[in-house]
Amino acid sequence: MNAAWMWGLFGGVLIGLGAAVYLLGNGRIMGASGILGGLVDGSARRNTAERLAFIAGVVGMPFLVRPLIAPQTETHLTGNLGIVIAAGLLVGIGTRIANGCTSGHGVCGISRFSLRGIVATIIYIAVGGLTLVLLRHAWGLI
Amino acid sequence: MRIIISLIAGSLFGAGLLISGMTDTTKVQGWLDVFGDWDPTLAFVMGGAILPMLVAWRLTAGHTPLTGGQFPAPPKPELDRRLIIGSALFGMGWGLAGLCPGPAMASLTYGGFGGVVFLAAMITGMLMAPALGAQLDRPANAA
Repeated sequence: MNAAWMWGLFGGVLIGLGAAVYLLGNGRIMGASGILGGLVDGSARRNTAERLAFIAGVVGMPFLVRPLIAPQTETHLTGNLGIVIAAGLLVGIGTRIANGCTSGHGVCGISRFSLRGIVATIIYIAVGGLTLVLLRHAWGLI
Repeated sequence: MRIIISLIAGSLFGAGLLISGMTDTTKVQGWLDVFGDWDPTLAFVMGGAILPMLVAWRLTAGHTPLTGGQFPAPPKPELDRRLIIGSALFGMGWGLAGLCPGPAMASLTYGGFGGVVFLAAMITGMLMAPALGAQLDRPANAA
């Protein structure tokens, strides 16, 4: 098996363990867009500190371990800021309207056989693939 | 206790996103681009993440969370316009840049200026969402 796939599988298990700790410990679904979104739009009055602690882990742990285990990892994000801004707006709007993203609907939803999670995941993967294929191969824009 | 659990969960999530390669947009776009040099890594990440959660959901039956309270209610069976349109908009943005909310946060310290711009735009979008979502709840126009 290709090494990138094995790292993918191992990293994936860590992601799933994080979701399991959050669920079994705090009784909540680990959704990145929900945790951040509820914090910024003020809908999460009661558990602000929990959300901040979660985000501190998400941001802080890669900062701490990247120099040791994956110093070559980069985002390779496009330098076209127009695309970056449009993409960021779409991701922010879409995940909050749909009430979930890759972690909430994808990881947590599919693993409990939620129809909504499965349908959301099929839609964002299909639309994401179509968007990329059209813009890259048909129109040559990205 | 809840705060410590949140910090542990976030740390596992962040480390997993880094190690799996999901903060690298070329891996995500490589998976979405079926007409390019297809990269299957994302499927392994998703599969790996679902495994512990399959066990975790089974453990919720007949128990309560460690810190008290209730586990989330069973998922609603209905599909609605919000879920479908929201997921389609998210997919467009995901395809365009190759970042979703988790990796956008996890890569904050090494994603450079572009990563900060993406995160700022994403938060702006999150603030716009309630008003836009309310439009979807109105009855469909005759047009």
